[in-house]
Amino acid sequence: MNIVLMILGMALINLAIRWPVYLFANHFRFPPLIERALAFVPVAVLTAIVVPTVIYKDDQLAFTWHNPALMAALVTAVVGYVSKNLFATIGIGMATFLLLRWLLPV
Amino acid sequence: MGDAAGANTATRAATRGQEFLRGLRDTLPFMMGSIPFGVIFGTLATGAGLGFWATQAMSLFVFSGSAQFIAILLLGAGSGLWVVWFATLVLNLRHLLYAATLVDHVRHLSQAWRFPLAAFLTDETFAVMERRYRTQGGGPNAHWYYAASCCGMYLNWQFWTLIGITAAHQFQEIQKWGLEFAMVSTFIGIVMPLLVSLPYWAAAVTAGLVAALANPLPYKLGLMLGALAGISVGLALDLRNRRRTPAPVAADPWP
Repeated sequence: MNIVLMILGMALINLAIRWPVYLFANHFRFPPLIERALAFVPVAVLTAIVVPTVIYKDDQLAFTWHNPALMAALVTAVVGYVSKNLFATIGIGMATFLLLRWLLPV
Repeated sequence: MGDAAGANTATRAATRGQEFLRGLRDTLPFMMGSIPFGVIFGTLATGAGLGFWATQAMSLFVFSGSAQFIAILLLGAGSGLWVVWFATLVLNLRHLLYAATLVDHVRHLSQAWRFPLAAFLTDETFAVMERRYRTQGGGPNAHWYYAASCCGMYLNWQFWTLIGITAAHQFQEIQKWGLEFAMVSTFIGIVMPLLVSLPYWAAAVTAGLVAALANPLPYKLGLMLGALAGISVGLALDLRNRRRTPAPVAADPWP
């Protein structure tokens, strides 16, 4: 893959998303339907990234108690939901993952 | 653009310098919070075979943590160029919503100001600015506060990317320390507080389920399918609910 082309394209796409609303600020109004849909983007995209990452291991389905990433992710989710504190969630999640990886035989 | 003499007379508004320092101060927690991710990005990118300049250039020109991470992930999976671009587009669509939220406060500025304030609008700066405008309102020099937040996040990201690249060269074992789970736990930490009503839960469950089932598809297309399915289900439930009572809008995903 052409790395220069990849980075250039990513940079342009980011600008194409971030700039137009400010550029046309005096003539811009979002359709309400689009605004509602965009509100679901963080939840949907981030969950779609995380779930396959933790339930697959080396391209194999690893939906078991012996998968430290999956177990730690479940603990992290509970901590995140209860505490609502991002830094506490990251800290406890990491600690749980490292502990489980050490305890559970690979 | 406001000039200092005029702004100070009637309103006792903060000067440019004061606004800039306050913007930096209020962004500092986010700068500290993104240190591990800058380092991890530099490390993972190097591990994925990107050279020094390619890695640093991504931070310099793309300046989007989630897009940079997913690009590395997709590169490692051997995905094509258009998949990386499509992922960047889908992942960063949320910035449209950020810009739409803040646009009322930058409308009066010149295009020369609006361009950088748009180009450097990250999750973190959005969180800082949304809170500032909500709690303190605008002010003649508020854009200096905004600019400080952008500068702080940008320089911080460049510095810790560089450290990450260097660390990868010095500590080849760093990728076995489990740092990659930091990314997973951060995404989970962002998502969980957003689950404030049934439509958001449904969006998350649908996205996760579809992405998992579609994972064997090539080019990480399962991620896109999962995201689109989640957004659709969330929106459909939200529209149905809204006929009775409006569902709460999700807050910004960063603390």
